[in-house]
Amino acid sequence: MNKIFAVAGVVIKELYRRKDFYVLFVLTALLTVGAGAVNFFNDEKIIRYVKDICLLLIWVSSLVIAIVTAARQIPAEREARTIFPLLAKPVSRGQIITGKFLGCWLATGIGLLVFYFFFAVIASSREHTWPLMTYVQAAWMQWCLLAVVIAMVLLGSIYFAAPSSTSTISFVVVGGIMLLGGHLKVLALQQAEPVQSLLIFIYYFMPHLEWYYLSDFVVYNMGAVPWLKIAAATLYAATWTGIFLLVAWFGFRRKNLTT
Amino acid sequence: MKLSPLLALIALLTLAFSLSVTIAPDASGWSSGKKAGNFLGLMFGDGRKLMASQFFTMADVYFHSGYYPSVFDKNSSEQKEIISASHGRKESEEDEKNEDFLGKPKDWIDAFGRNFKITRHTHLESGNEREILPWLRLAADLDPQKIETYTVGAFFLKDHLHRPDQAEAFLREGLRNNPDNAEILFELGRMYHETTHETDRARNVWELGIKKFLELSPDDQKENRLVFEETAVNLARLEDDAGNYDRAIYWFRQGQTVSLDPGSLDVQIDKIQKKISAKQP
Repeated sequence: MNKIFAVAGVVIKELYRRKDFYVLFVLTALLTVGAGAVNFFNDEKIIRYVKDICLLLIWVSSLVIAIVTAARQIPAEREARTIFPLLAKPVSRGQIITGKFLGCWLATGIGLLVFYFFFAVIASSREHTWPLMTYVQAAWMQWCLLAVVIAMVLLGSIYFAAPSSTSTISFVVVGGIMLLGGHLKVLALQQAEPVQSLLIFIYYFMPHLEWYYLSDFVVYNMGAVPWLKIAAATLYAATWTGIFLLVAWFGFRRKNLTT
Repeated sequence: MKLSPLLALIALLTLAFSLSVTIAPDASGWSSGKKAGNFLGLMFGDGRKLMASQFFTMADVYFHSGYYPSVFDKNSSEQKEIISASHGRKESEEDEKNEDFLGKPKDWIDAFGRNFKITRHTHLESGNEREILPWLRLAADLDPQKIETYTVGAFFLKDHLHRPDQAEAFLREGLRNNPDNAEILFELGRMYHETTHETDRARNVWELGIKKFLELSPDDQKENRLVFEETAVNLARLEDDAGNYDRAIYWFRQGQTVSLDPGSLDVQIDKIQKKISAKQP
Protein backbone atom coordinates (compact mmCIF):
# COMPACT_ATOMS: atom_id res chain seq x y z
CA MET A 1 0.00 0.00 0.00
CA ASN A 2 2.90 2.37 0.81
CA LYS A 3 4.22 1.93 -2.72
CA ILE A 4 0.85 2.89 -4.18
CA PHE A 5 0.76 5.99 -1.98
CA ALA A 6 4.32 6.87 -3.01
CA VAL A 7 3.34 6.78 -6.71
CA ALA A 8 0.15 8.73 -5.92
CA GLY A 9 2.15 11.35 -4.02
CA VAL A 10 4.27 12.07 -7.10
CA VAL A 11 1.11 12.59 -9.19
CA ILE A 12 -0.33 15.02 -6.62
CA LYS A 13 2.93 16.99 -6.53
CA GLU A 14 2.88 17.11 -10.32
CA LEU A 15 -0.61 18.62 -10.29
CA TYR A 16 0.24 21.47 -7.97
CA ARG A 17 3.46 22.19 -9.83
CA ARG A 18 1.62 22.48 -13.13
CA LYS A 19 -0.47 25.57 -13.85
CA ASP A 20 -3.65 23.81 -15.13
CA PHE A 21 -5.55 23.95 -11.86
CA TYR A 22 -4.63 27.56 -11.04
CA VAL A 23 -5.60 28.78 -14.51
CA LEU A 24 -8.95 26.97 -14.43
CA PHE A 25 -9.69 28.11 -10.90
CA VAL A 26 -8.92 31.75 -11.66
CA LEU A 27 -11.02 31.53 -14.85
CA THR A 28 -13.93 29.99 -12.93
CA ALA A 29 -13.66 32.61 -10.18
CA LEU A 30 -13.46 35.50 -12.64
CA LEU A 31 -16.41 34.33 -14.74
CA THR A 32 -18.53 33.63 -11.65
CA VAL A 33 -17.77 36.93 -10.00
CA GLY A 34 -18.32 38.69 -13.34
CA ALA A 35 -21.71 37.00 -13.79
CA GLY A 36 -22.64 37.80 -10.21
CA ALA A 37 -21.80 41.47 -10.67
CA VAL A 38 -24.42 41.93 -13.41
CA ASN A 39 -27.51 43.75 -12.21
CA PHE A 40 -30.86 42.45 -13.47
CA PHE A 41 -33.87 44.69 -12.85
CA ASN A 42 -32.19 46.15 -9.73
CA ASP A 43 -32.77 42.89 -7.86
CA GLU A 44 -29.81 41.87 -5.74
CA LYS A 45 -31.36 38.63 -4.51
CA ILE A 46 -31.13 36.86 -7.88
CA ILE A 47 -28.57 34.06 -7.46
CA ARG A 48 -29.55 30.85 -9.22
CA TYR A 49 -28.06 31.76 -12.57
CA VAL A 50 -24.74 32.53 -10.83
CA LYS A 51 -24.85 29.13 -9.08
CA ASP A 52 -25.69 27.49 -12.40
CA ILE A 53 -22.80 29.13 -14.22
CA CYS A 54 -20.36 28.46 -11.38
CA LEU A 55 -21.30 24.76 -11.14
CA LEU A 56 -21.06 24.34 -14.90
CA LEU A 57 -17.57 25.83 -14.83
CA ILE A 58 -16.62 23.59 -11.90
CA TRP A 59 -17.83 20.55 -13.85
CA VAL A 60 -15.95 21.50 -16.99
CA SER A 61 -12.78 22.46 -15.10
CA SER A 62 -12.67 19.31 -12.98
CA LEU A 63 -13.28 17.13 -16.04
CA VAL A 64 -10.48 18.89 -17.91
CA ILE A 65 -8.10 18.49 -14.96
CA ALA A 66 -9.02 14.81 -14.46
CA ILE A 67 -8.86 13.79 -18.12
CA VAL A 68 -5.74 15.75 -19.06
CA THR A 69 -3.87 14.67 -15.92
CA ALA A 70 -4.80 10.99 -16.23
CA ALA A 71 -4.20 10.83 -20.00
CA ARG A 72 -0.54 11.86 -19.75
CA GLN A 73 0.51 9.74 -16.75
CA ILE A 74 1.68 6.52 -18.44
CA PRO A 75 2.67 8.02 -21.85
CA ALA A 76 4.77 10.71 -20.12
CA GLU A 77 6.61 8.09 -18.06
CA ARG A 78 7.29 6.12 -21.25
CA GLU A 79 8.36 9.10 -23.28
CA ALA A 80 10.74 10.39 -20.60
CA ARG A 81 11.86 6.80 -20.07
CA THR A 82 11.36 7.23 -16.32
CA ILE A 83 9.11 4.16 -16.40
CA PHE A 84 12.24 1.93 -16.42
CA PRO A 85 13.85 3.20 -13.19
CA LEU A 86 10.37 3.13 -11.67
CA LEU A 87 9.85 -0.50 -12.63
CA ALA A 88 13.38 -1.35 -11.49
CA LYS A 89 12.20 -0.56 -7.97
CA PRO A 90 10.22 -3.21 -6.08
CA VAL A 91 6.93 -1.98 -7.47
CA SER A 92 4.60 -3.97 -9.71
CA ARG A 93 2.80 -2.71 -12.81
CA GLY A 94 -0.49 -3.14 -11.00
CA GLN A 95 0.74 -0.89 -8.18
CA ILE A 96 1.82 1.74 -10.72
CA ILE A 97 -1.65 1.75 -12.32
CA THR A 98 -3.34 1.90 -8.90
CA GLY A 99 -0.94 4.59 -7.68
CA LYS A 100 -1.44 6.69 -10.79
CA PHE A 101 -5.21 6.35 -10.42
CA LEU A 102 -5.14 7.22 -6.73
CA GLY A 103 -2.89 10.22 -7.33
CA CYS A 104 -5.12 11.62 -10.07
CA TRP A 105 -8.26 10.96 -8.04
CA LEU A 106 -6.93 12.56 -4.85
CA ALA A 107 -5.55 15.50 -6.82
CA THR A 108 -8.94 16.16 -8.45
CA GLY A 109 -10.52 15.71 -5.02
CA ILE A 110 -8.34 18.50 -3.62
CA GLY A 111 -9.25 20.62 -6.63
CA LEU A 112 -12.96 19.92 -6.13
CA LEU A 113 -12.69 20.90 -2.47
CA VAL A 114 -11.27 24.30 -3.42
CA PHE A 115 -13.86 24.78 -6.18
CA TYR A 116 -16.81 23.88 -3.94
CA PHE A 117 -15.52 26.04 -1.09
CA PHE A 118 -15.43 28.98 -3.49
CA PHE A 119 -18.92 28.07 -4.73
CA ALA A 120 -20.29 27.85 -1.18
CA VAL A 121 -18.85 31.27 -0.31
CA ILE A 122 -20.35 32.88 -3.42
CA ALA A 123 -23.76 31.19 -3.01
CA SER A 124 -24.10 31.87 0.71
CA SER A 125 -23.06 35.50 0.31
CA ARG A 126 -26.31 36.08 -1.60
CA GLU A 127 -28.64 33.38 -0.28
CA HIS A 128 -27.58 33.64 3.37
CA THR A 129 -28.14 29.90 3.76
CA TRP A 130 -25.68 27.04 4.00
CA PRO A 131 -27.23 23.79 2.67
CA LEU A 132 -24.11 21.83 3.54
CA MET A 133 -25.61 18.36 2.94
CA THR A 134 -26.58 19.21 -0.63
CA TYR A 135 -23.13 20.65 -1.33
CA VAL A 136 -21.38 17.62 0.19
CA GLN A 137 -23.54 15.23 -1.83
CA ALA A 138 -22.99 17.16 -5.07
CA ALA A 139 -19.22 17.25 -4.53
CA TRP A 140 -19.06 13.60 -3.47
CA MET A 141 -21.06 12.40 -6.47
CA GLN A 142 -18.90 14.46 -8.78
CA TRP A 143 -15.80 12.95 -7.21
CA CYS A 144 -17.26 9.45 -7.71
CA LEU A 145 -17.85 10.27 -11.38
CA LEU A 146 -14.27 11.52 -11.68
CA ALA A 147 -13.04 8.19 -10.28
CA VAL A 148 -14.77 6.35 -13.14
CA VAL A 149 -13.53 8.89 -15.68
CA ILE A 150 -9.91 8.76 -14.44
CA ALA A 151 -9.91 4.95 -14.51
CA MET A 152 -11.41 5.02 -18.02
CA VAL A 153 -8.80 7.53 -19.23
CA LEU A 154 -5.96 5.50 -17.71
CA LEU A 155 -7.28 2.49 -19.62
CA GLY A 156 -7.40 4.58 -22.79
CA SER A 157 -3.85 5.82 -22.25
CA ILE A 158 -2.62 2.23 -22.32
CA TYR A 159 -4.17 1.51 -25.71
CA PHE A 160 -4.26 4.82 -27.57
CA ALA A 161 -1.21 6.26 -29.25
CA ALA A 162 -0.96 9.72 -27.68
CA PRO A 163 -2.37 11.63 -24.67
CA SER A 164 -4.12 14.04 -27.06
CA SER A 165 -6.14 11.28 -28.72
CA THR A 166 -6.92 9.71 -25.32
CA SER A 167 -8.14 13.07 -23.99
CA THR A 168 -10.28 13.83 -27.06
CA ILE A 169 -11.92 10.41 -27.11
CA SER A 170 -12.52 10.60 -23.36
CA PHE A 171 -14.19 14.01 -23.64
CA VAL A 172 -16.45 12.72 -26.42
CA VAL A 173 -17.37 9.56 -24.47
CA VAL A 174 -18.04 11.39 -21.18
CA GLY A 175 -19.99 14.16 -22.96
CA GLY A 176 -21.98 11.58 -24.90
CA ILE A 177 -22.90 9.61 -21.79
CA MET A 178 -23.87 12.74 -19.85
CA LEU A 179 -26.06 13.93 -22.72
CA LEU A 180 -27.57 10.70 -24.00
CA GLY A 181 -27.03 8.17 -21.21
CA GLY A 182 -30.50 8.40 -19.72
CA HIS A 183 -32.26 8.60 -23.08
CA LEU A 184 -30.40 5.93 -25.01
CA LYS A 185 -33.10 3.30 -24.53
CA VAL A 186 -35.83 5.64 -25.77
CA LEU A 187 -33.67 6.46 -28.80
CA ALA A 188 -32.91 2.76 -29.33
CA LEU A 189 -36.59 1.84 -29.46
CA GLN A 190 -37.08 4.26 -32.34
CA GLN A 191 -34.37 2.56 -34.42
CA ALA A 192 -34.56 -0.47 -36.70
CA GLU A 193 -32.68 -3.70 -35.99
CA PRO A 194 -29.75 -4.35 -35.54
CA VAL A 195 -29.08 -0.75 -34.37
CA GLN A 196 -31.84 -1.11 -31.78
CA SER A 197 -30.28 -4.15 -30.11
CA LEU A 198 -26.83 -2.59 -30.27
CA LEU A 199 -28.01 0.62 -28.57
CA ILE A 200 -29.92 -1.32 -25.90
CA PHE A 201 -26.80 -3.39 -25.24
CA ILE A 202 -24.74 -0.19 -24.87
CA TYR A 203 -27.43 1.27 -22.59
CA TYR A 204 -27.19 -1.62 -20.15
CA PHE A 205 -23.41 -2.06 -20.39
CA MET A 206 -22.14 1.48 -20.01
CA PRO A 207 -21.36 3.45 -16.87
CA HIS A 208 -24.33 5.74 -16.25
CA LEU A 209 -22.36 8.87 -15.46
CA GLU A 210 -25.46 11.08 -15.79
CA TRP A 211 -26.57 9.92 -12.32
CA TYR A 212 -23.71 11.81 -10.75
CA TYR A 213 -24.84 15.24 -11.89
CA LEU A 214 -26.52 16.70 -8.80
CA SER A 215 -26.08 20.35 -9.76
CA ASP A 216 -29.83 20.82 -10.28
CA PHE A 217 -30.45 19.95 -6.63
CA VAL A 218 -27.97 22.64 -5.61
CA VAL A 219 -29.12 25.31 -8.08
CA TYR A 220 -32.86 24.90 -7.38
CA ASN A 221 -32.48 24.28 -3.62
CA MET A 222 -34.19 20.90 -3.87
CA GLY A 223 -32.72 19.43 -0.70
CA ALA A 224 -30.63 16.31 -0.31
CA VAL A 225 -30.89 12.92 -2.05
CA PRO A 226 -31.45 9.91 0.31
CA TRP A 227 -28.04 8.76 1.56
CA LEU A 228 -28.84 5.14 0.76
CA LYS A 229 -29.15 6.05 -2.92
CA ILE A 230 -25.87 7.95 -2.74
CA ALA A 231 -24.24 4.86 -1.20
CA ALA A 232 -25.63 2.65 -3.99
CA ALA A 233 -24.37 5.09 -6.64
CA THR A 234 -20.97 5.13 -4.93
CA LEU A 235 -20.83 1.34 -5.07
CA TYR A 236 -21.78 1.47 -8.77
CA ALA A 237 -18.98 3.97 -9.44
CA ALA A 238 -16.50 1.84 -7.46
CA THR A 239 -17.48 -1.21 -9.53
CA TRP A 240 -16.91 0.58 -12.83
CA THR A 241 -13.65 2.07 -11.56
CA GLY A 242 -12.52 -1.44 -10.61
CA ILE A 243 -13.49 -2.80 -14.04
CA PHE A 244 -11.56 -0.09 -15.90
CA LEU A 245 -8.50 -0.38 -13.67
CA LEU A 246 -8.47 -4.13 -14.02
CA VAL A 247 -8.65 -3.97 -17.83
CA ALA A 248 -5.96 -1.24 -17.78
CA TRP A 249 -3.76 -3.49 -15.66
CA PHE A 250 -4.30 -6.42 -18.07
CA GLY A 251 -3.16 -4.19 -20.92
CA PHE A 252 -0.27 -2.59 -19.06
CA ARG A 253 1.00 -5.96 -17.77
CA ARG A 254 1.64 -7.17 -21.32
CA LYS A 255 2.60 -3.82 -22.78
CA ASN A 256 5.99 -3.59 -24.47
CA LEU A 257 7.36 -0.36 -23.02
CA THR A 258 10.37 -0.02 -25.28
CA THR A 259 8.43 0.84 -28.47
CA MET B 1 22.78 54.07 -41.66
CA LYS B 2 22.34 52.82 -38.15
CA LEU B 3 19.01 53.58 -36.48
CA SER B 4 18.82 53.65 -32.71
CA PRO B 5 16.15 51.23 -31.36
CA LEU B 6 14.97 53.96 -28.99
CA LEU B 7 14.50 56.37 -31.88
CA ALA B 8 12.64 53.70 -33.86
CA LEU B 9 10.32 53.11 -30.89
CA ILE B 10 9.62 56.83 -30.50
CA ALA B 11 8.97 57.13 -34.27
CA LEU B 12 6.53 54.19 -34.20
CA LEU B 13 4.72 55.55 -31.14
CA THR B 14 4.40 58.95 -32.83
CA LEU B 15 3.06 57.29 -35.97
CA ALA B 16 0.54 55.24 -33.96
CA PHE B 17 -0.65 58.34 -32.08
CA SER B 18 -0.96 60.41 -35.30
CA LEU B 19 -2.91 57.63 -37.03
CA SER B 20 -5.28 57.17 -34.09
CA VAL B 21 -6.00 60.91 -34.00
CA THR B 22 -6.61 60.95 -37.77
CA ILE B 23 -8.76 57.81 -37.93
CA ALA B 24 -10.72 58.11 -34.64
CA PRO B 25 -13.50 60.45 -35.88
CA ASP B 26 -14.23 58.22 -38.88
CA ALA B 27 -14.00 55.03 -36.82
CA SER B 28 -16.73 56.16 -34.45
CA GLY B 29 -18.95 56.71 -37.50
CA TRP B 30 -18.30 53.16 -38.75
CA SER B 31 -19.50 51.58 -35.52
CA SER B 32 -22.65 53.69 -35.11
CA GLY B 33 -23.58 52.97 -38.73
CA LYS B 34 -23.80 49.28 -37.88
CA LYS B 35 -26.19 49.71 -34.94
CA ALA B 36 -23.43 48.62 -32.60
CA GLY B 37 -25.38 49.75 -29.56
CA ASN B 38 -26.26 46.19 -28.75
CA PHE B 39 -23.01 44.40 -27.95
CA LEU B 40 -24.56 40.94 -28.14
CA GLY B 41 -26.09 41.72 -31.51
CA LEU B 42 -22.69 42.75 -32.79
CA MET B 43 -21.09 39.60 -31.40
CA PHE B 44 -23.56 37.00 -32.64
CA GLY B 45 -25.36 38.56 -35.63
CA ASP B 46 -28.66 36.95 -36.55
CA GLY B 47 -27.67 33.73 -34.75
CA ARG B 48 -28.53 35.55 -31.53
CA LYS B 49 -32.22 34.90 -32.17
CA LEU B 50 -31.64 31.19 -31.71
CA MET B 51 -29.83 31.88 -28.47
CA ALA B 52 -32.62 34.20 -27.36
CA SER B 53 -35.10 31.40 -27.85
CA GLN B 54 -32.87 29.11 -25.78
CA PHE B 55 -32.61 31.68 -22.99
CA PHE B 56 -36.39 32.13 -23.02
CA THR B 57 -36.69 28.36 -22.59
CA MET B 58 -34.19 28.60 -19.70
CA ALA B 59 -36.59 31.02 -17.99
CA ASP B 60 -39.29 28.35 -18.24
CA VAL B 61 -36.85 25.69 -16.95
CA TYR B 62 -36.10 27.89 -13.93
CA PHE B 63 -39.82 28.52 -13.42
CA HIS B 64 -40.20 24.74 -13.07
CA SER B 65 -37.08 24.45 -10.87
CA GLY B 66 -35.40 22.12 -13.34
CA TYR B 67 -38.34 19.75 -13.90
CA TYR B 68 -38.39 20.12 -17.64
CA PRO B 69 -38.57 17.80 -20.66
CA SER B 70 -35.42 17.43 -22.73
CA VAL B 71 -35.49 17.15 -26.52
CA PHE B 72 -35.77 13.38 -26.10
CA ASP B 73 -38.92 13.50 -23.95
CA LYS B 74 -42.52 13.87 -25.04
CA ASN B 75 -44.07 17.34 -24.43
CA SER B 76 -40.71 18.92 -25.29
CA SER B 77 -42.34 21.24 -27.84
CA GLU B 78 -45.40 22.24 -25.80
CA GLN B 79 -46.21 25.88 -25.13
CA LYS B 80 -44.13 27.37 -22.36
CA GLU B 81 -45.94 27.66 -19.07
CA ILE B 82 -44.54 31.11 -18.32
CA ILE B 83 -46.44 32.31 -21.41
CA SER B 84 -49.73 30.68 -20.40
CA ALA B 85 -49.27 31.98 -16.84
CA SER B 86 -48.77 35.50 -18.18
CA HIS B 87 -52.09 35.15 -20.06
CA GLY B 88 -53.76 34.38 -16.73
CA ARG B 89 -54.28 30.68 -17.45
CA LYS B 90 -54.37 28.48 -14.33
CA GLU B 91 -53.24 24.88 -14.53
CA SER B 92 -55.91 22.18 -14.26
CA GLU B 93 -55.38 18.67 -12.88
CA GLU B 94 -55.53 17.39 -16.46
CA ASP B 95 -52.71 19.76 -17.47
CA GLU B 96 -50.61 18.55 -14.54
CA LYS B 97 -51.15 14.97 -15.67
CA ASN B 98 -50.15 15.81 -19.24
CA GLU B 99 -46.99 17.46 -18.03
CA ASP B 100 -45.74 14.27 -16.38
CA PHE B 101 -43.34 13.75 -19.26
CA LEU B 102 -41.31 11.14 -17.36
CA GLY B 103 -44.09 8.55 -17.14
CA LYS B 104 -43.41 5.26 -15.43
CA PRO B 105 -39.75 4.14 -15.16
CA LYS B 106 -38.71 2.12 -18.20
CA ASP B 107 -36.32 -0.17 -16.33
CA TRP B 108 -34.21 -0.30 -13.15
CA ILE B 109 -31.59 2.05 -14.60
CA ASP B 110 -34.24 4.68 -15.31
CA ALA B 111 -35.90 4.09 -11.92
CA PHE B 112 -32.62 4.40 -10.01
CA GLY B 113 -31.47 7.39 -12.09
CA ARG B 114 -34.60 9.31 -11.07
CA ASN B 115 -33.24 9.56 -7.54
CA PHE B 116 -30.65 11.96 -8.93
CA LYS B 117 -32.83 14.24 -10.98
CA ILE B 118 -35.72 16.52 -10.20
CA THR B 119 -38.97 14.63 -10.61
CA ARG B 120 -41.41 16.97 -8.86
CA HIS B 121 -43.50 19.41 -10.87
CA THR B 122 -43.33 22.73 -9.01
CA HIS B 123 -43.51 26.38 -9.91
CA LEU B 124 -41.46 29.18 -8.41
CA GLU B 125 -43.36 31.18 -5.81
CA SER B 126 -42.97 33.53 -2.83
CA GLY B 127 -40.79 35.97 -4.73
CA ASN B 128 -38.47 33.30 -6.10
CA GLU B 129 -39.92 34.07 -9.54
CA ARG B 130 -37.15 36.67 -9.70
CA GLU B 131 -34.79 33.86 -10.69
CA ILE B 132 -36.23 33.74 -14.23
CA LEU B 133 -35.48 37.42 -14.84
CA PRO B 134 -31.81 37.13 -15.93
CA TRP B 135 -32.79 34.76 -18.73
CA LEU B 136 -35.58 37.06 -19.90
CA ARG B 137 -33.20 40.02 -19.80
CA LEU B 138 -30.68 38.12 -21.94
CA ALA B 139 -33.44 36.94 -24.32
CA ALA B 140 -34.59 40.56 -24.75
CA ASP B 141 -31.03 41.74 -25.42
CA LEU B 142 -30.42 39.01 -27.96
CA ASP B 143 -33.74 39.29 -29.79
CA PRO B 144 -35.45 42.64 -29.14
CA GLN B 145 -38.27 41.62 -31.51
CA LYS B 146 -39.39 38.66 -29.40
CA ILE B 147 -42.60 40.06 -27.90
CA GLU B 148 -43.25 37.28 -25.35
CA THR B 149 -40.07 38.21 -23.52
CA TYR B 150 -41.43 41.63 -22.61
CA THR B 151 -44.98 40.52 -21.81
CA VAL B 152 -43.86 37.56 -19.69
CA GLY B 153 -41.17 39.61 -17.92
CA ALA B 154 -43.59 42.43 -17.19
CA PHE B 155 -46.22 39.98 -15.92
CA PHE B 156 -43.84 38.42 -13.39
CA LEU B 157 -42.40 41.78 -12.34
CA LYS B 158 -45.86 43.27 -11.85
CA ASP B 159 -48.02 40.42 -10.55
CA HIS B 160 -45.51 38.25 -8.70
CA LEU B 161 -42.72 40.59 -7.62
CA HIS B 162 -44.92 43.70 -7.16
CA ARG B 163 -42.58 45.99 -9.04
CA PRO B 164 -44.76 47.87 -11.52
CA ASP B 165 -42.07 50.50 -12.16
CA GLN B 166 -39.68 47.85 -13.48
CA ALA B 167 -42.51 46.19 -15.41
CA GLU B 168 -43.40 49.47 -17.08
CA ALA B 169 -39.76 50.16 -17.94
CA PHE B 170 -39.41 46.70 -19.50
CA LEU B 171 -42.62 47.12 -21.51
CA ARG B 172 -41.55 50.60 -22.61
CA GLU B 173 -38.25 49.09 -23.78
CA GLY B 174 -40.24 46.52 -25.74
CA LEU B 175 -42.35 49.26 -27.23
CA ARG B 176 -39.27 51.22 -28.29
CA ASN B 177 -37.99 48.12 -30.08
CA ASN B 178 -41.44 47.25 -31.51
CA PRO B 179 -43.32 50.54 -31.81
CA ASP B 180 -46.44 49.13 -33.49
CA ASN B 181 -47.01 46.11 -31.32
CA ALA B 182 -50.56 45.76 -30.02
CA GLU B 183 -49.67 43.02 -27.52
CA ILE B 184 -47.18 45.17 -25.65
CA LEU B 185 -49.65 48.05 -25.69
CA PHE B 186 -52.29 45.73 -24.26
CA GLU B 187 -49.99 44.65 -21.41
CA LEU B 188 -49.01 48.25 -20.73
CA GLY B 189 -52.67 49.27 -20.58
CA ARG B 190 -53.45 46.35 -18.28
CA MET B 191 -50.73 47.48 -15.95
CA TYR B 192 -52.08 51.04 -15.84
CA HIS B 193 -55.62 49.78 -15.28
CA GLU B 194 -55.05 46.99 -12.76
CA THR B 195 -51.91 47.99 -10.90
CA THR B 196 -51.47 51.74 -10.93
CA HIS B 197 -55.22 52.43 -11.48
CA GLU B 198 -54.61 55.13 -14.10
CA THR B 199 -57.82 54.73 -16.09
CA ASP B 200 -57.19 57.46 -18.65
CA ARG B 201 -53.72 56.23 -19.48
CA ALA B 202 -55.00 52.66 -19.76
CA ARG B 203 -57.79 53.79 -22.13
CA ASN B 204 -55.37 55.77 -24.31
CA VAL B 205 -52.88 52.92 -24.53
CA TRP B 206 -55.53 50.31 -25.32
CA GLU B 207 -57.14 52.52 -27.96
CA LEU B 208 -53.71 52.99 -29.51
CA GLY B 209 -53.32 49.19 -29.44
CA ILE B 210 -56.62 48.76 -31.30
CA LYS B 211 -55.49 51.36 -33.84
CA LYS B 212 -52.19 49.56 -34.37
CA PHE B 213 -54.01 46.25 -34.74
CA LEU B 214 -56.31 47.67 -37.43
CA GLU B 215 -53.25 48.85 -39.35
CA LEU B 216 -51.99 45.26 -39.64
CA SER B 217 -52.39 43.17 -42.80
CA PRO B 218 -55.39 40.75 -42.79
CA ASP B 219 -53.09 37.78 -42.20
CA ASP B 220 -51.40 39.45 -39.24
CA GLN B 221 -54.79 40.48 -37.87
CA LYS B 222 -55.91 36.87 -38.00
CA GLU B 223 -52.80 35.80 -36.12
CA ASN B 224 -53.24 38.48 -33.42
CA ARG B 225 -57.01 38.36 -33.01
CA LEU B 226 -56.70 37.15 -29.40
CA VAL B 227 -54.85 40.39 -28.54
CA PHE B 228 -57.61 42.39 -30.24
CA GLU B 229 -60.32 40.52 -28.33
CA GLU B 230 -58.53 40.92 -24.99
CA THR B 231 -57.96 44.64 -25.62
CA ALA B 232 -61.55 45.25 -26.74
CA VAL B 233 -63.05 43.34 -23.81
CA ASN B 234 -60.79 45.09 -21.30
CA LEU B 235 -61.67 48.45 -22.84
CA ALA B 236 -65.35 47.51 -22.55
CA ARG B 237 -64.95 46.68 -18.84
CA LEU B 238 -63.04 49.91 -18.26
CA GLU B 239 -65.84 51.94 -19.91
CA ASP B 240 -68.44 49.97 -17.96
CA ASP B 241 -66.69 50.82 -14.67
CA ALA B 242 -66.43 54.46 -15.76
CA GLY B 243 -70.17 54.56 -16.49
CA ASN B 244 -69.72 55.01 -20.26
CA TYR B 245 -72.19 52.24 -21.10
CA ASP B 246 -72.54 53.02 -24.82
CA ARG B 247 -68.78 52.81 -25.29
CA ALA B 248 -68.69 49.60 -23.24
CA ILE B 249 -71.30 47.98 -25.52
CA TYR B 250 -69.38 49.22 -28.55
CA TRP B 251 -66.17 47.55 -27.39
CA PHE B 252 -67.92 44.32 -26.46
CA ARG B 253 -69.40 44.23 -29.96
CA GLN B 254 -65.92 44.85 -31.41
CA GLY B 255 -64.63 41.96 -29.35
CA GLN B 256 -67.41 39.73 -30.69
CA THR B 257 -66.19 40.26 -34.27
CA VAL B 258 -63.06 38.21 -33.57
CA SER B 259 -64.11 36.09 -30.59
CA LEU B 260 -64.29 32.30 -30.88
CA ASP B 261 -67.18 32.39 -28.40
CA PRO B 262 -69.17 35.57 -29.18
CA GLY B 263 -72.16 34.30 -27.15
CA SER B 264 -70.31 34.74 -23.89
CA LEU B 265 -69.96 38.46 -24.58
CA ASP B 266 -73.74 38.75 -25.21
CA VAL B 267 -74.26 38.10 -21.50
CA GLN B 268 -72.00 41.07 -20.68
CA ILE B 269 -73.85 43.28 -23.18
CA ASP B 270 -77.22 42.27 -21.69
CA LYS B 271 -76.01 43.22 -18.21
CA ILE B 272 -74.98 46.68 -19.41
CA GLN B 273 -78.24 47.16 -21.26
CA LYS B 274 -80.11 46.36 -18.04
CA LYS B 275 -78.02 49.02 -16.26
CA ILE B 276 -78.94 51.53 -18.98
CA SER B 277 -82.69 50.75 -18.70
CA ALA B 278 -82.51 50.93 -14.88
CA LYS B 279 -80.97 54.40 -15.14
CA GLN B 280 -83.68 55.70 -17.49
CA PRO B 281 -86.72 57.18 -15.67
